[in-house]
Amino acid sequence: MGSVINIQPITRIEGHARIAIHLDDTGNVRDTFLHIMSLRGFEKFIQGRPAEEVPRIVNRICGICPWMHHLASNKAVDGCFGVKPTAAGHKLREVCQVMAHISDKILHFFFLAAPDFVLGPDSDYAVRNVIGIVKKAPELAAKVVKMRQLGQMMLEDFAGKAIHPVAGVVGGFAKPMTEEERKSLLSNARTLLDFALYAMEFAKTSVFPKYEDLMATLGVINTGFLGTVDDNGALQLYDGHLRLMKADGTVTEFPVSEYDNYLSEHVESWTYGKMPYARCWNEGFSMDLDAPKGVYRSNTLARMNVADHIATPHAQAELEEFREKFGRPAQGTLLYHWARLIELIYACERTIELLEQEDITDTNIRAKAEPKAGRGIGAVEAPRGTLIHDYTTDDNGCIVKANMIVGTTHNIAPMNMSVKEAATSLIKDGVYDEALLNRVEMAVRAYDP
Amino acid sequence: MRVRIAEEWLHSCSGCEIAILNMGEPLLELLNKIEFVHIPLLLDHKYYGQRGQKKDLEIPKAEIGIVSGGVANEEHVQVLDVMREKCKILIALGTCATHGGLPALINEWGMKEGIEACYKTITTEPCRVPDEVVPPPLDRVYAVDEKVEVDCMLPGCPPNSILIAEVITSLINGKDPVIPEKSVCDTCPTRRVGKGGVGAVLRFLQNVQYDPERPIEEMRCLLEQGFMCMGPVTAAGCAAGADQKVPPCIKARVPCRGCFGPVRRDGNQMLDMMNALASNGIDWKSVVDRRSLLRFSGAHGLLRKLPRRKTREE
Repeated sequence: MGSVINIQPITRIEGHARIAIHLDDTGNVRDTFLHIMSLRGFEKFIQGRPAEEVPRIVNRICGICPWMHHLASNKAVDGCFGVKPTAAGHKLREVCQVMAHISDKILHFFFLAAPDFVLGPDSDYAVRNVIGIVKKAPELAAKVVKMRQLGQMMLEDFAGKAIHPVAGVVGGFAKPMTEEERKSLLSNARTLLDFALYAMEFAKTSVFPKYEDLMATLGVINTGFLGTVDDNGALQLYDGHLRLMKADGTVTEFPVSEYDNYLSEHVESWTYGKMPYARCWNEGFSMDLDAPKGVYRSNTLARMNVADHIATPHAQAELEEFREKFGRPAQGTLLYHWARLIELIYACERTIELLEQEDITDTNIRAKAEPKAGRGIGAVEAPRGTLIHDYTTDDNGCIVKANMIVGTTHNIAPMNMSVKEAATSLIKDGVYDEALLNRVEMAVRAYDP
Repeated sequence: MRVRIAEEWLHSCSGCEIAILNMGEPLLELLNKIEFVHIPLLLDHKYYGQRGQKKDLEIPKAEIGIVSGGVANEEHVQVLDVMREKCKILIALGTCATHGGLPALINEWGMKEGIEACYKTITTEPCRVPDEVVPPPLDRVYAVDEKVEVDCMLPGCPPNSILIAEVITSLINGKDPVIPEKSVCDTCPTRRVGKGGVGAVLRFLQNVQYDPERPIEEMRCLLEQGFMCMGPVTAAGCAAGADQKVPPCIKARVPCRGCFGPVRRDGNQMLDMMNALASNGIDWKSVVDRRSLLRFSGAHGLLRKLPRRKTREE
């Protein structure tokens, strides 16, 4: 009889998950599972609700990326009611979306992931956390706390709520941006860009060089990738079409509205999390480490891989350096962190770019909408991956059917594979310790689930 | 000695934990007085020992326990019981913990039926609903105080960061925390002219009337403008803070939807709102999907399974 190692709960992630490592009689890994432990059922309980209310309901799917759900949902409702947001409404939504990416990336890199790198993967669990960083590197910590807070406060000051926002509405946005607000946000966004460039430099000089071996090996798997690009193949976070890349680098592109022809979701009986896969590859689904089928990844690394380029200068320079070093597509799981910092720079640059457009203060912010029967599919790139909301409404504009594929779920199969790869290569003949189990968790943390 | 705090999230979204972090720099000061002994978002303490070999779920003892999220499956019950046992003072943080929150909307169907439906969407392969290893769902979503005794209720979706700091500071100084007892309306600065003129409530399909260049005090009350605004029947607290005295949704120029739960702890936001509308001469039947007025407070048996949910009520 073998035994089971329970890593429960997986910590420094958003959500309820557990890793079970099953060992055989000789103490070697027989199998591993990443169990997603709960499901709330949003797809069911938004049924019957007036569709225009739904963007204020589904934002509660995630307290870390509520803006992404709020805006993908607004796009879906626009589609149901057949309304196109005004130009200013569209810009205000996008600027909030990219601003929300900024605080999220600071949160993930510095609060959740950094303890493994700054304090070390083998440090005592009691200090291996953001509070440990506050003690070990108080100046860095103070700066990080301040910058993340700045990002959150920019959203609160402009849009009322940073967590569980309400300002996006069917047809556009609920309040215009005043010139005073624009100038203040712009000045703060420039501060955040300075910080983003500092963070990238800090990571490239003080963090990543120490972990080159780990970055080349930990949880590395071979998969495809999914992300959003524009007509020029440039990275997009708010709007564009979907690009699915195979591990060999070949790509398929499709409009968001056709997502259900390309993607399917596989279900295993031991996890509430569904496992999306590329049905369009016509190879089925398998998490076999040597020959995975249908498996692709989302989130920062995926977006860096699928985009041909980034349309902002600092982020583009970083992407070129990244690609030079790691190739395309890059498969290293810990490279998600590196990609996250490039995207932090892009989010700051894009925020500035939008705020520099003076017509963002135009007061024509909301197009007229009437409730009616229809179907709408909205997608944005959430921090954790492509986020798709698909609603159908009745004549009264109430939801009759909904389907959602949320960012994290694209990575559920890959996370299972990365856990298996990490555990299998680290645990031998029953020899393991706490530090080693933390390394297995680091393979999950990279995906920022 | 620093005051030990254990934090757990149950049927939740992590917004409450982000609200804790959104205290910002004051949190760094507070960290000199408190010590987190368990908080899965930030700290690597594990239930079954750091090597994952123990049989019983363990959470360290703490003076203050904070629980966010409602209770919807067997693991939530187990974790909550241990939190209650190990923490001297237990705070229910956020409206999911105090009143079920949005996930309790599923109580109109029950957990089982609700979850099953999610495995039948258009992109989902035909499958069995997951039932191995994962915790079995309860019949419905419960508020925390339906399962264990709670010492302090701090609602909000999300809860207000400044109020969280005040409550924790009060508790570590041995004082009773002060939770706002007024309604959102009582803290709303919009201009009220008086009754009249509104026969039916509008759906939020058009923006409210206001001049963005003028202060919010000059905007007319949204209920008086004909929009469903749940300020009269919702607990205050969202507007708390030194430089932010406007309810955040009102600041975004959108009506309140009740995210701090009822004004009285055992109030019913749907019935109270219907009364508020009726007493203002507004036809309460004009509200589409009335039961969703309980969207934040459907635990405590308020949102129940209907024998057969009709397409429209009535």
